[in-house]
Amino acid sequence: MMILSSIDPVLLLASLMVASTPILLAALGELVVERAGVLNLGVEGMMITGAICGFAMAVNTGSPLVGFIAAAAGGAVLALLFALLTQFALANQVASGLALTLFGLGLSSLLGQGYVGIKPPPTARLDLPILSDLPLVGRVLFSHDLMVYFALALVALVWALLKYTRAGLILRAVGENHEAAHALGYKVVRIRILAILFGGACAGLGGAYLSLVRVPQWTEGMTSGAGWIALALVVFASWKAGRVLLGAWLFGGVSVLQLNLQAAGLAIPVEYLSMSPYLITILVLVIMSADKSRAPASLGRIFHASQ
Amino acid sequence: MTGDLLTVSGLTKAYPGVVANDAVSFVIREGEVHALLGENGAGKSTLVKMIYGLVKPDSGVMTLRGAPYAPPDPHRARTSGVAMVFQHFSLFEAMNVAENVALGMENPPPLRDLAARIRDVSETYGLPLDPHRIVGDLSAGERQRVEIIRCLLQSPRLLIMDEPTSVLTPQEVGILFQTLRKLTAEGVAILYISHKLEEIRALCDHATILRQGRNVGTCVPRDTPARAMAEMMVGSAFAAPARTDREMGAVALEVADLSVAATGQFGTSLRAVTFAVRAGEVLGIGGVAGNGQDELLAALSGEMPVAAGAVRLWGEPIGQMGPAARRVLGLLTAPEERLGHAAAPDMSLTENAILTAAAREHLMHRGFLRWGAAEAFTRRIISAFDVRTPGPSTAARALSGGNLQKFVIGREVLQRPEVLVVNQPTWGVDAAAAAAIRQALLDLAAGGAAVICISQDLDELMEISDRFGALNEGRLSEIQSTHGLSVEAVGLMMGGAHGMEVAHV
Repeated sequence: MMILSSIDPVLLLASLMVASTPILLAALGELVVERAGVLNLGVEGMMITGAICGFAMAVNTGSPLVGFIAAAAGGAVLALLFALLTQFALANQVASGLALTLFGLGLSSLLGQGYVGIKPPPTARLDLPILSDLPLVGRVLFSHDLMVYFALALVALVWALLKYTRAGLILRAVGENHEAAHALGYKVVRIRILAILFGGACAGLGGAYLSLVRVPQWTEGMTSGAGWIALALVVFASWKAGRVLLGAWLFGGVSVLQLNLQAAGLAIPVEYLSMSPYLITILVLVIMSADKSRAPASLGRIFHASQ
Repeated sequence: MTGDLLTVSGLTKAYPGVVANDAVSFVIREGEVHALLGENGAGKSTLVKMIYGLVKPDSGVMTLRGAPYAPPDPHRARTSGVAMVFQHFSLFEAMNVAENVALGMENPPPLRDLAARIRDVSETYGLPLDPHRIVGDLSAGERQRVEIIRCLLQSPRLLIMDEPTSVLTPQEVGILFQTLRKLTAEGVAILYISHKLEEIRALCDHATILRQGRNVGTCVPRDTPARAMAEMMVGSAFAAPARTDREMGAVALEVADLSVAATGQFGTSLRAVTFAVRAGEVLGIGGVAGNGQDELLAALSGEMPVAAGAVRLWGEPIGQMGPAARRVLGLLTAPEERLGHAAAPDMSLTENAILTAAAREHLMHRGFLRWGAAEAFTRRIISAFDVRTPGPSTAARALSGGNLQKFVIGREVLQRPEVLVVNQPTWGVDAAAAAAIRQALLDLAAGGAAVICISQDLDELMEISDRFGALNEGRLSEIQSTHGLSVEAVGLMMGGAHGMEVAHV
């Protein structure tokens, strides 16, 4: 009880929102990519490329906004490489994605050589006159930086787009059966490239959120597996945007909690605490994904308009 | 009513190494059913893809109602009033009916309105369909309804149908024909592709015949015997399978009181199936699809183990044996589904040959593959069964349906089976290839093997089998000699009028 009472639940909830944002952005992007039938395992590489691109631009211009835009562009450029490999050269998606991760990690440490130990410009926080000053609620909900709200809005946007719009229907159709979509006259390759670019931009934003807000500084390999968690999240969330949000919160929440528990000196070895976010998130999502939902049927299959 | 709707003149399309269409010309009139006939690979699919805007012709022109017509993509074809029902359905299994329909329309209304319109149209044309059901749960016939309704909602002037009946039961074919006649009465023209010549004679007003990409003739199907049409397709007379009188030997395979629970949600249970087939005999088993054919094949092949005594080969109980053990003993099978069941799609023909013939043809030695022997065996299949393929190293997937079927049957026949079980041996195969496959089965029986042919093609069964039985809801009818068996009698056998069974239905 001593230990638990030393943890402030308001602070915990507030930092949960921040901790979950990077993987939420990356997973949301990957969700769209996979719904279009493409498996891009390069999320980690695109995230860390976005992290250094965003960090460098923000430091050089003094504007976090320019930094985030550059991060999205950086992630998208790396994703474009993946798109060229898999959609035109018809390369294997798994191998290309793994190569993208390795390439992104190397590229980012090259680009980041002059940026170690620098502090980035602070990102503006939401400051609503009354709401932000509310006790508890104000702290938890209304006093974060703008990217937190952007990520939440993006969840709603992706969910609505996939469920209610014709563009979303066509995207799902391409992921479900690319031959049939082609036979009906839809541009499979073009739609997939757009989805891949969106996924890259989202991953880049997620990476920049780490380097500009969450940490905030640049260190090599700072994404430390967040991209892989985002990938797992998409699968265990059954390719549904709402469940991705839930999974990201769970992961963020347990991460923050275990840090707090470590700080409070709980008598559990640190290694167990460190692995707990991964274990608990995957466990919960596995249980949730036990319904009949399944992967897009064309996921990871190479499309070639042969006739 | 009799104005020209679509004229096609001099349409040519060449792919590297093959001219798919060579100056094809024909005319479709408003309100007629126009058949497009040809062997596998004659260029029918390429031709309709050009009309539907999926493929651009190298040369030639089309006009639609007098105006030049050159659709750059299917969207333009649809807005011009051309719709198409695909051979392999262009449906999305994880989505519901309404979403599938919306994907095939140019300007679909909101899904709620669309659902109402789907209900309207489906009732008008007698094609009942629930817009909210997931397509993956529908039967083949229902899936085709989705495609047809998707087309009808856009009020087409020309409806292209690519082998629409190959996956349908006879009842569903009947419903489809009623719908098509209703459409033509409204002035819609239909371009109809099929291998089933009797269907074309029943339905179509004119026919255009393609051979190796060229238009080789036209005919009025009602006035042309099926055999004459088949010979125009092939380009020469071909021999109808010839039966020779032969001696029946001892009972080779005996199935006694075989009952098997259904596998999967849509399976059929086998109920007390009993029959025997003798050496030198061809036993035909008919019936509408989904009445236990797949389960019977699985029980005979060994994919589904049954009670040991339920299946006996030369008197020995083999019900518990797996497929490999049965193959060693001489009981071979060729299932219906070519890609994925009878052959591994991405493996070469040689590798596919090894998969079933390793033991009987000694293609394996102490766990190592004998590639030389395997390739020689594959070449024997290719030459003996006229399989048109670049060579034994071609992937099974790259062969056309008819050629792969010839390979699958040939692979089993050349292993000198003592009992051969085939399911739908000529499904989707053109007339000449079908005749060759049937002849091979008859020759096999003449050589002293017992053959069980499961098929939905009654003409085929009457042509080759000595005795005939029908599966109906997992029960096998009494087996009768085909000699002098009337069509009415066969219909009754298939309908399951077993006297005491009628009350249950």
